Amino acid sequence: MNTDHHVILRVIAKMLIPVITMFAFYVQFHGDFGPGGGFQAGVIIAVAVILYALVFGVSAAMRAVPPVFTRSLAAVGVMIYAGVGFWALLQGGHYLEYQALFHEGPGEHHGQHIGIMVIEIGVLCGVAGAMLTIFYAFAGRVAEIRDEDW
Amino acid sequence: MHSMFNGDFGIILVNIFLLAMLFAAAVAIARMRSLFAIVMLSGIYSLVSAAWYVAVDAVDVAFTEAAVGAGMSTVVLLGAMLLTSRTAKPEKPFSRLGPFLVCLATGAALIYATVDLPALGDATSAANTGVGYTYLQVAWFDTAIPNVVTPVLASYRGFDTLGETTVVFTAGLAVALLLGFGERSLAERIRNEGRSGDERRSKKASAASDEDPS
Repeated sequence: MNTDHHVILRVIAKMLIPVITMFAFYVQFHGDFGPGGGFQAGVIIAVAVILYALVFGVSAAMRAVPPVFTRSLAAVGVMIYAGVGFWALLQGGHYLEYQALFHEGPGEHHGQHIGIMVIEIGVLCGVAGAMLTIFYAFAGRVAEIRDEDW
Repeated sequence: MHSMFNGDFGIILVNIFLLAMLFAAAVAIARMRSLFAIVMLSGIYSLVSAAWYVAVDAVDVAFTEAAVGAGMSTVVLLGAMLLTSRTAKPEKPFSRLGPFLVCLATGAALIYATVDLPALGDATSAANTGVGYTYLQVAWFDTAIPNVVTPVLASYRGFDTLGETTVVFTAGLAVALLLGFGERSLAERIRNEGRSGDERRSKKASAASDEDPS
Protein backbone atom coordinates (compact mmCIF):
# COMPACT_ATOMS: atom_id res chain seq x y z
CA MET A 1 0.00 0.00 0.00
CA ASN A 2 2.90 2.35 0.63
CA THR A 3 6.11 2.78 -1.21
CA ASP A 4 8.78 0.53 0.10
CA HIS A 5 11.10 2.83 1.99
CA HIS A 6 9.27 2.55 5.32
CA VAL A 7 9.77 -1.18 5.49
CA ILE A 8 12.10 -1.12 8.51
CA LEU A 9 9.66 1.14 10.34
CA ARG A 10 6.80 -1.24 9.59
CA VAL A 11 8.68 -4.36 10.69
CA ILE A 12 9.84 -2.76 13.94
CA ALA A 13 6.37 -1.38 14.65
CA LYS A 14 4.81 -4.78 14.03
CA MET A 15 7.15 -6.26 16.61
CA LEU A 16 6.68 -3.45 19.13
CA ILE A 17 2.90 -2.98 19.11
CA PRO A 18 2.04 -6.30 20.85
CA VAL A 19 4.79 -5.66 23.41
CA ILE A 20 3.48 -2.16 24.10
CA THR A 21 -0.05 -3.50 24.56
CA MET A 22 1.16 -6.23 26.88
CA PHE A 23 3.15 -3.69 28.87
CA ALA A 24 -0.02 -1.62 29.21
CA PHE A 25 -1.82 -4.55 30.79
CA TYR A 26 1.16 -5.17 33.06
CA VAL A 27 0.96 -1.54 34.18
CA GLN A 28 -2.78 -1.90 34.67
CA PHE A 29 -2.78 -5.01 36.82
CA HIS A 30 0.50 -4.35 38.58
CA GLY A 31 -0.67 -0.95 39.79
CA ASP A 32 -1.37 -2.40 43.24
CA PHE A 33 2.28 -3.26 43.69
CA GLY A 34 4.28 -0.72 41.72
CA PRO A 35 3.92 2.56 39.92
CA GLY A 36 1.19 2.73 37.35
CA GLY A 37 -2.53 2.20 37.12
CA GLY A 38 -5.46 2.71 34.87
CA PHE A 39 -4.55 6.17 33.62
CA GLN A 40 -1.05 5.26 32.50
CA ALA A 41 -2.18 1.94 31.04
CA GLY A 42 -4.94 3.66 29.09
CA VAL A 43 -2.51 6.12 27.58
CA ILE A 44 -0.08 3.32 26.70
CA ILE A 45 -2.81 1.34 24.92
CA ALA A 46 -3.81 4.49 23.04
CA VAL A 47 -0.18 5.05 22.09
CA ALA A 48 0.05 1.50 20.71
CA VAL A 49 -2.91 2.16 18.41
CA ILE A 50 -1.50 5.58 17.49
CA LEU A 51 1.84 4.00 16.56
CA TYR A 52 -0.08 1.64 14.30
CA ALA A 53 -1.88 4.61 12.77
CA LEU A 54 1.35 6.53 12.21
CA VAL A 55 3.10 3.63 10.52
CA PHE A 56 0.28 1.94 8.62
CA GLY A 57 -2.00 4.90 8.01
CA VAL A 58 -4.98 6.33 9.89
CA SER A 59 -7.52 4.52 7.74
CA ALA A 60 -5.98 1.14 8.56
CA ALA A 61 -6.10 2.03 12.25
CA MET A 62 -9.72 3.13 11.88
CA ARG A 63 -10.57 -0.25 10.40
CA ALA A 64 -8.79 -2.05 13.25
CA VAL A 65 -10.13 0.20 16.05
CA PRO A 66 -13.16 2.07 14.70
CA PRO A 67 -13.85 5.59 15.99
CA VAL A 68 -17.32 4.56 17.07
CA PHE A 69 -15.67 1.96 19.30
CA THR A 70 -13.25 4.43 20.88
CA ARG A 71 -15.91 6.96 21.79
CA SER A 72 -18.19 4.25 23.16
CA LEU A 73 -15.23 2.91 25.13
CA ALA A 74 -14.65 6.32 26.72
CA ALA A 75 -18.29 6.58 27.79
CA VAL A 76 -18.41 2.97 29.03
CA GLY A 77 -15.26 3.54 31.09
CA VAL A 78 -16.80 6.45 32.98
CA MET A 79 -19.98 4.43 33.42
CA ILE A 80 -18.02 1.49 34.88
CA TYR A 81 -16.38 3.82 37.40
CA ALA A 82 -19.63 5.53 38.35
CA GLY A 83 -21.36 2.14 38.38
CA VAL A 84 -19.12 0.90 41.19
CA GLY A 85 -20.34 3.87 43.20
CA PHE A 86 -23.94 2.91 42.59
CA TRP A 87 -23.12 -0.73 43.37
CA ALA A 88 -21.89 0.41 46.78
CA LEU A 89 -25.04 2.51 47.19
CA LEU A 90 -27.22 -0.51 46.41
CA GLN A 91 -25.35 -2.56 49.00
CA GLY A 92 -26.27 0.02 51.60
CA GLY A 93 -22.98 1.92 51.79
CA HIS A 94 -21.93 5.37 50.73
CA TYR A 95 -21.07 6.23 47.14
CA LEU A 96 -17.79 4.51 46.17
CA GLU A 97 -17.45 2.93 49.61
CA TYR A 98 -15.67 -0.28 48.63
CA GLN A 99 -15.94 -1.68 52.13
CA ALA A 100 -19.70 -1.93 51.62
CA LEU A 101 -19.50 -3.90 48.36
CA PHE A 102 -19.46 -7.24 50.16
CA HIS A 103 -20.68 -6.00 53.57
CA GLU A 104 -17.24 -6.26 55.15
CA GLY A 105 -16.08 -4.86 58.43
CA PRO A 106 -12.83 -2.95 58.93
CA GLY A 107 -9.75 -5.06 58.30
CA GLU A 108 -11.29 -7.10 55.50
CA HIS A 109 -10.02 -6.27 52.07
CA HIS A 110 -11.95 -8.21 49.46
CA GLY A 111 -14.21 -5.29 48.57
CA GLN A 112 -11.28 -2.88 48.44
CA HIS A 113 -9.41 -5.11 46.01
CA ILE A 114 -12.39 -5.78 43.75
CA GLY A 115 -13.57 -2.18 43.85
CA ILE A 116 -10.17 -0.72 43.03
CA MET A 117 -9.63 -3.25 40.25
CA VAL A 118 -12.99 -2.48 38.65
CA ILE A 119 -12.59 1.28 38.82
CA GLU A 120 -9.08 0.99 37.40
CA ILE A 121 -10.57 -0.92 34.46
CA GLY A 122 -13.06 1.93 34.12
CA VAL A 123 -10.23 4.46 34.11
CA LEU A 124 -8.35 2.37 31.53
CA CYS A 125 -11.33 2.27 29.18
CA GLY A 126 -12.19 5.94 29.70
CA VAL A 127 -8.68 7.24 29.16
CA ALA A 128 -7.82 4.97 26.22
CA GLY A 129 -11.12 5.78 24.51
CA ALA A 130 -10.85 9.52 25.08
CA MET A 131 -7.23 9.69 23.93
CA LEU A 132 -7.97 7.74 20.76
CA THR A 133 -11.03 9.89 20.09
CA ILE A 134 -8.86 13.01 20.36
CA PHE A 135 -6.24 11.47 18.09
CA TYR A 136 -8.78 10.46 15.47
CA ALA A 137 -10.35 13.93 15.61
CA PHE A 138 -7.00 15.49 14.69
CA ALA A 139 -5.67 12.80 12.40
CA GLY A 140 -8.94 12.35 10.52
CA ARG A 141 -8.74 15.91 9.24
CA VAL A 142 -5.27 15.53 7.76
CA ALA A 143 -4.89 13.88 4.41
CA GLU A 144 -2.17 11.27 4.09
CA ILE A 145 1.14 12.58 5.44
CA ARG A 146 3.25 12.94 2.34
CA ASP A 147 6.96 12.33 2.27
CA GLU A 148 7.79 15.94 1.56
CA ASP A 149 6.06 16.96 4.79
CA TRP A 150 8.81 15.40 6.86
CA MET B 1 33.37 19.42 51.29
CA HIS B 2 32.54 16.12 52.94
CA SER B 3 29.33 15.82 50.93
CA MET B 4 31.39 15.61 47.76
CA PHE B 5 32.34 12.05 48.62
CA ASN B 6 29.08 10.45 49.65
CA GLY B 7 26.22 9.27 47.48
CA ASP B 8 24.52 12.66 47.22
CA PHE B 9 27.14 13.98 44.85
CA GLY B 10 26.07 11.73 41.99
CA ILE B 11 22.42 12.69 42.48
CA ILE B 12 23.35 16.37 42.46
CA LEU B 13 25.25 15.85 39.19
CA VAL B 14 22.26 14.04 37.65
CA ASN B 15 19.94 16.82 38.76
CA ILE B 16 22.17 19.52 37.31
CA PHE B 17 22.54 17.60 34.05
CA LEU B 18 18.80 17.01 33.62
CA LEU B 19 17.83 20.55 34.56
CA ALA B 20 20.46 21.93 32.17
CA MET B 21 18.96 19.79 29.40
CA LEU B 22 15.49 21.12 30.27
CA PHE B 23 16.80 24.67 30.14
CA ALA B 24 18.53 24.08 26.79
CA ALA B 25 15.37 22.54 25.34
CA ALA B 26 13.24 25.45 26.58
CA VAL B 27 15.60 28.04 25.10
CA ALA B 28 15.73 26.15 21.81
CA ILE B 29 11.92 25.97 21.68
CA ALA B 30 11.67 29.71 22.32
CA ARG B 31 14.14 30.53 19.56
CA MET B 32 12.95 28.17 16.84
CA ARG B 33 10.52 28.90 14.04
CA SER B 34 10.09 25.42 12.57
CA LEU B 35 6.97 23.97 14.20
CA PHE B 36 7.99 20.37 13.54
CA ALA B 37 11.26 20.85 15.44
CA ILE B 38 9.37 22.61 18.24
CA VAL B 39 6.95 19.71 18.62
CA MET B 40 9.80 17.21 18.71
CA LEU B 41 11.68 19.32 21.25
CA SER B 42 8.65 19.56 23.47
CA GLY B 43 8.48 15.76 23.42
CA ILE B 44 12.14 15.65 24.43
CA TYR B 45 11.39 18.19 27.15
CA SER B 46 8.68 15.92 28.55
CA LEU B 47 10.94 12.89 28.43
CA VAL B 48 13.77 14.68 30.23
CA SER B 49 11.40 16.01 32.86
CA ALA B 50 10.08 12.46 33.33
CA ALA B 51 13.66 11.35 33.98
CA TRP B 52 14.03 14.18 36.44
CA TYR B 53 10.84 13.13 38.27
CA VAL B 54 12.42 9.70 38.67
CA ALA B 55 15.50 11.39 40.12
CA VAL B 56 13.34 13.07 42.78
CA ASP B 57 11.50 9.78 43.53
CA ALA B 58 8.15 10.75 42.01
CA VAL B 59 7.88 7.56 39.98
CA ASP B 60 4.15 7.68 39.30
CA VAL B 61 4.33 11.26 38.08
CA ALA B 62 7.30 10.36 35.91
CA PHE B 63 5.37 7.48 34.40
CA THR B 64 2.42 9.71 33.57
CA GLU B 65 4.65 12.43 32.18
CA ALA B 66 6.47 9.97 29.93
CA ALA B 67 3.25 8.43 28.64
CA VAL B 68 1.17 11.59 28.28
CA GLY B 69 3.73 14.31 27.73
CA ALA B 70 6.27 12.52 25.57
CA GLY B 71 3.91 10.11 23.84
CA MET B 72 0.37 11.39 23.62
CA SER B 73 0.64 15.17 23.49
CA THR B 74 3.52 15.05 21.01
CA VAL B 75 1.36 13.08 18.61
CA VAL B 76 -1.63 15.36 19.12
CA LEU B 77 0.56 18.44 18.60
CA LEU B 78 1.94 16.85 15.43
CA GLY B 79 -1.58 16.29 14.16
CA ALA B 80 -2.48 19.88 14.99
CA MET B 81 0.67 21.13 13.27
CA LEU B 82 -0.16 19.25 10.09
CA LEU B 83 -3.41 21.23 9.92
CA THR B 84 -1.55 24.56 9.90
CA SER B 85 1.61 25.82 8.29
CA ARG B 86 5.01 24.34 9.01
CA THR B 87 6.75 27.43 10.34
CA ALA B 88 5.78 30.17 12.73
CA LYS B 89 5.45 33.68 11.41
CA PRO B 90 8.52 35.88 11.83
CA GLU B 91 7.95 38.46 14.52
CA LYS B 92 8.51 42.15 14.54
CA PRO B 93 11.52 43.31 16.56
CA PHE B 94 10.72 44.14 20.19
CA SER B 95 7.44 42.22 20.06
CA ARG B 96 9.09 39.63 22.29
CA LEU B 97 9.94 42.21 24.92
CA GLY B 98 6.57 42.09 26.69
CA PRO B 99 6.41 38.26 26.99
CA PHE B 100 10.07 38.22 28.02
CA LEU B 101 9.36 40.65 30.88
CA VAL B 102 6.35 38.58 31.98
CA CYS B 103 8.49 35.42 31.97
CA LEU B 104 11.22 37.17 33.89
CA ALA B 105 8.81 38.45 36.54
CA THR B 106 7.11 35.04 36.90
CA GLY B 107 10.45 33.27 37.11
CA ALA B 108 11.69 35.68 39.76
CA ALA B 109 8.50 35.16 41.77
CA LEU B 110 8.86 31.38 41.52
CA ILE B 111 12.50 31.45 42.56
CA TYR B 112 11.56 33.69 45.47
CA ALA B 113 8.87 31.16 46.42
CA THR B 114 11.29 28.21 46.37
CA VAL B 115 13.15 29.78 49.27
CA ASP B 116 10.21 28.84 51.50
CA LEU B 117 9.87 25.29 50.16
CA PRO B 118 10.95 22.48 52.48
CA ALA B 119 13.92 20.36 51.45
CA LEU B 120 13.32 17.17 49.46
CA GLY B 121 12.34 14.43 51.89
CA ASP B 122 12.06 16.77 54.87
CA ALA B 123 10.23 14.80 57.57
CA THR B 124 8.63 17.92 59.03
CA SER B 125 7.29 19.28 55.74
CA ALA B 126 3.57 19.63 55.20
CA ALA B 127 3.53 16.75 52.71
CA ASN B 128 5.09 14.31 55.16
CA THR B 129 3.00 15.22 58.18
CA GLY B 130 -0.76 15.45 58.48
CA VAL B 131 -2.89 13.48 56.06
CA GLY B 132 0.01 12.08 54.01
CA TYR B 133 1.54 10.50 57.09
CA THR B 134 -1.86 9.16 58.14
CA TYR B 135 -2.34 7.48 54.77
CA LEU B 136 1.04 5.78 55.10
CA GLN B 137 0.06 4.48 58.52
CA VAL B 138 -3.46 3.26 57.86
CA ALA B 139 -3.40 2.26 54.17
CA TRP B 140 -2.11 -1.25 54.78
CA PHE B 141 -4.69 -1.99 57.47
CA ASP B 142 -7.52 -0.49 55.42
CA THR B 143 -6.80 -1.95 52.01
CA ALA B 144 -3.84 -4.38 52.14
CA ILE B 145 -2.42 -2.89 48.94
CA PRO B 146 1.37 -2.52 48.98
CA ASN B 147 1.62 0.54 46.72
CA VAL B 148 0.19 3.32 48.87
CA VAL B 149 -0.40 5.54 45.84
CA THR B 150 -3.11 3.22 44.54
CA PRO B 151 -5.38 3.23 47.63
CA VAL B 152 -4.90 6.98 48.02
CA LEU B 153 -5.95 7.60 44.41
CA ALA B 154 -8.61 4.95 44.06
CA SER B 155 -10.02 4.50 47.54
CA TYR B 156 -9.42 7.48 49.84
CA ARG B 157 -9.76 9.92 46.97
CA GLY B 158 -12.03 7.91 44.73
CA PHE B 159 -14.22 10.94 44.08
CA ASP B 160 -11.22 12.88 42.78
CA THR B 161 -10.26 10.09 40.43
CA LEU B 162 -13.85 9.78 39.22
CA GLY B 163 -13.72 13.50 38.52
CA GLU B 164 -10.43 13.15 36.66
CA THR B 165 -11.77 10.34 34.51
CA THR B 166 -14.81 12.46 33.74
CA VAL B 167 -12.53 15.38 32.84
CA VAL B 168 -10.58 13.20 30.40
CA PHE B 169 -13.83 11.93 28.90
CA THR B 170 -15.17 15.48 28.63
CA ALA B 171 -11.96 16.62 26.95
CA GLY B 172 -12.27 13.87 24.37
CA LEU B 173 -15.93 14.71 23.86
CA ALA B 174 -15.19 18.42 23.47
CA VAL B 175 -12.43 17.84 20.92
CA ALA B 176 -14.63 15.44 18.99
CA LEU B 177 -17.52 17.92 18.98
CA LEU B 178 -15.26 20.73 17.79
CA LEU B 179 -13.24 18.82 15.18
CA GLY B 180 -15.59 15.99 14.29
CA PHE B 181 -14.96 12.37 15.04
CA GLY B 182 -12.46 12.16 12.21
CA GLU B 183 -14.28 9.56 10.22
CA ARG B 184 -16.23 11.75 7.82
CA SER B 185 -13.17 13.06 6.00
CA LEU B 186 -11.76 9.58 5.76
CA ALA B 187 -14.92 7.56 5.25
CA GLU B 188 -14.82 7.77 1.49
CA ARG B 189 -11.18 6.82 1.36
CA ILE B 190 -11.65 3.87 3.68
CA ARG B 191 -14.47 2.62 1.49
CA ASN B 192 -12.45 2.98 -1.67
CA GLU B 193 -9.15 1.77 -0.37
CA GLY B 194 -9.73 -1.87 -1.26
CA ARG B 195 -10.16 -1.30 -4.97
CA SER B 196 -8.48 1.95 -5.87
CA GLY B 197 -4.92 3.02 -5.31
CA ASP B 198 -5.84 6.66 -4.90
CA GLU B 199 -3.78 7.52 -1.85
CA ARG B 200 -2.88 11.07 -2.73
CA ARG B 201 -5.97 12.99 -1.92
CA SER B 202 -5.06 16.60 -1.98
CA LYS B 203 -5.47 18.61 1.17
CA LYS B 204 -7.92 20.85 -0.60
CA ALA B 205 -10.24 17.97 -1.33
CA SER B 206 -10.28 16.82 2.27
CA ALA B 207 -10.90 20.36 3.46
CA ALA B 208 -13.80 20.57 1.05
CA SER B 209 -15.31 17.36 2.36
CA ASP B 210 -15.05 18.72 5.89
CA GLU B 211 -17.20 21.64 4.87
CA ASP B 212 -19.79 19.25 3.53
CA PRO B 213 -22.80 19.72 5.80
CA SER B 214 -24.26 16.25 5.19
